[in-house]
Amino acid sequence: MDTEVSARAAGPRAGGGATGWEGVTGSVTGSDAALKRFLHGLPGVDAVGLEERAAVLGTRSIKTSAKAYAIDLAISMIDLTTLEGADTPGKVRTLCAKGMRPDPGDRAVPQVAAICVYPDMVAVAKDALKGSGVQVASVATAFPSGRAALEVKLADTRAAVAAGADEIDMVIDRGAFLAGRYLEVFEQIQAVGEACVRPDSSRAHLKVIFENGELATYDNIRRCSWLAMLAGADFIKTSTGKVAVNATPAGTLLMLEAVRDFRRMTGVQVGVKPAGGIRTAKDAVKYLVLVNETAGEDWLSPQWFRFGASSLLNDLLMQRQKLATGRYSGPDYVTVD
Amino acid sequence: MSDKSSKQEKRGGKAARAEDAEQADAVVETPVAAAPTRLSVFKTYKLYVGGKFPRSESGRVYEVTDSTDKWLANAPQASRKDARDAVVAARKAVPGWSGATAYNRGQVLYRVAEMLEGRREQFAREVADAEGLTPDEAAAVVDAAVDRWVWYAGWTDKIAQVVGGANPVAGPFFNLSTPEPTGVVAVLAPQESSLLGLVSVVAPVIATGNTAVVVASQRAPLPALSLSEVLATSDVPAGVVNVLSGFTAELGAPLAAHLDVNGLDLTGADAELARELEISAAENLKRVRRPSAAGPEDWQADPGVERLTAWLETKTVWHPIGV
Repeated sequence: MDTEVSARAAGPRAGGGATGWEGVTGSVTGSDAALKRFLHGLPGVDAVGLEERAAVLGTRSIKTSAKAYAIDLAISMIDLTTLEGADTPGKVRTLCAKGMRPDPGDRAVPQVAAICVYPDMVAVAKDALKGSGVQVASVATAFPSGRAALEVKLADTRAAVAAGADEIDMVIDRGAFLAGRYLEVFEQIQAVGEACVRPDSSRAHLKVIFENGELATYDNIRRCSWLAMLAGADFIKTSTGKVAVNATPAGTLLMLEAVRDFRRMTGVQVGVKPAGGIRTAKDAVKYLVLVNETAGEDWLSPQWFRFGASSLLNDLLMQRQKLATGRYSGPDYVTVD
Repeated sequence: MSDKSSKQEKRGGKAARAEDAEQADAVVETPVAAAPTRLSVFKTYKLYVGGKFPRSESGRVYEVTDSTDKWLANAPQASRKDARDAVVAARKAVPGWSGATAYNRGQVLYRVAEMLEGRREQFAREVADAEGLTPDEAAAVVDAAVDRWVWYAGWTDKIAQVVGGANPVAGPFFNLSTPEPTGVVAVLAPQESSLLGLVSVVAPVIATGNTAVVVASQRAPLPALSLSEVLATSDVPAGVVNVLSGFTAELGAPLAAHLDVNGLDLTGADAELARELEISAAENLKRVRRPSAAGPEDWQADPGVERLTAWLETKTVWHPIGV
């Protein structure tokens, strides 16, 4: 347990100060009952108020230079994703090329944050992205359902890390979470966190996917956010993109509030990644408004906020071309993925 | 017929009421005991984009008057963003509509004619108001519009034989040319002929499998907006025809510049606007159909196939013989 993960979970106790937090954490993760008491002690979510707030923030008008800034920022925040059964090395290499130079006709377009692939494609992506600064993210732990033995999940993670993944997107065991076995989920996240450590004791970033669409309530999303952050997640991520309900503005707003409050209490900053169903530049800009108004400017960077998306990039590029030329662009002027 | 004329009288009364409340009080119809006064229901005209009837994104409307400058209704004044949305809807509809069999497209177009036939009275009224025609003249215009749909419905599965075919070549090849739709066509509908002219420019675009973004006549958009209700109820897939009302110059500019529009019909543009838009359309080599140089076209005349072939590309296939 002598890793940064456990150190982080212990962090609040060590540096807590006058928040009263140290008293809580000491016992919070000690037993299933204590963890349950803590998570169920979090304030309930006002669903109507939350959705209203997310909707109101979505109506902000972002124009001209602010829009140009937002589009470039959003491009630099994309985890360009391909998670299909039909992925081939060729397709992954194509995607990598696109991630490094999204618009071949315009060198001013920033590159994306990462390429997100299945573990067996990590080596291909790593090779294609060599020297570019674009990260390789790999899903792991029996993505997308998370229904496998812990040993299998850890082996999955280690293989991805060994192949060179810079970031690991793990899924939680929703079955255990919904059944109330919070400690089991907590320990699994910690174990995967340990599996992210490389031989040279550096570690791959850990993103924890909740699959909000399967958590059923906003209260659960809030609890899950705290659970993952306590267990040492570097990022909390909304969804796999493989179920009917993916990232929603309200769910993301809730998670942004959680990371904001977590930093206030512990001093540890955690990133947020909405994924799935974000397809237009307009949607992306709405999310950026949510980030700025909820978590604050500190999160407005690829280090702390990401979009899990594939078709979003093309729409951002088309909007960028529109801003530059004044003409509406079309799908004929971006690459087909 | 008597039923129809009484309806029109009643409508006249309503219009007067809307216009001048004081006068309207004097026009109160013969008092009948216990007959409640019925409030008239005004129609909110809306755009037609992607199979739905939205208001303009901008929230704007403008006043539409009849040929004698009497107020008829407020029509939505579409903005460039409405134009953009319409192009997106039209693009989305291209694969389905161009991939449908010509026979199927013919049936759908014929269905439009059937639906229009069933609403002849409404359209006759709107055309009479818009163009200042007598009821009989307006009815004749509507009949001609119905016939125009039928004419183009018949052409859907015949145009390929007329403009395509086998080409004799100097080699052991079958050489076959077939016409294919251009894609998304932006249509500036004629200004003076609000229904027959509109049908005459829209039907040939969609008959061959293109999809259309139509800017209705600026002065008389109501028949076009009502026609979209006919299209919505006659098996025309969503997005195949999108109807915008507003200022032709304002909507023409973004459509002509749009890189995802493949063709531009300038029938409803004046010479100066047409020149400007054609320059703009050159950026991505859109097919452009210029307005007639000889003034307003005669919409009652035999249309021929020229408007069909304007929005077709020719695909030629070489196939070796004896393999």
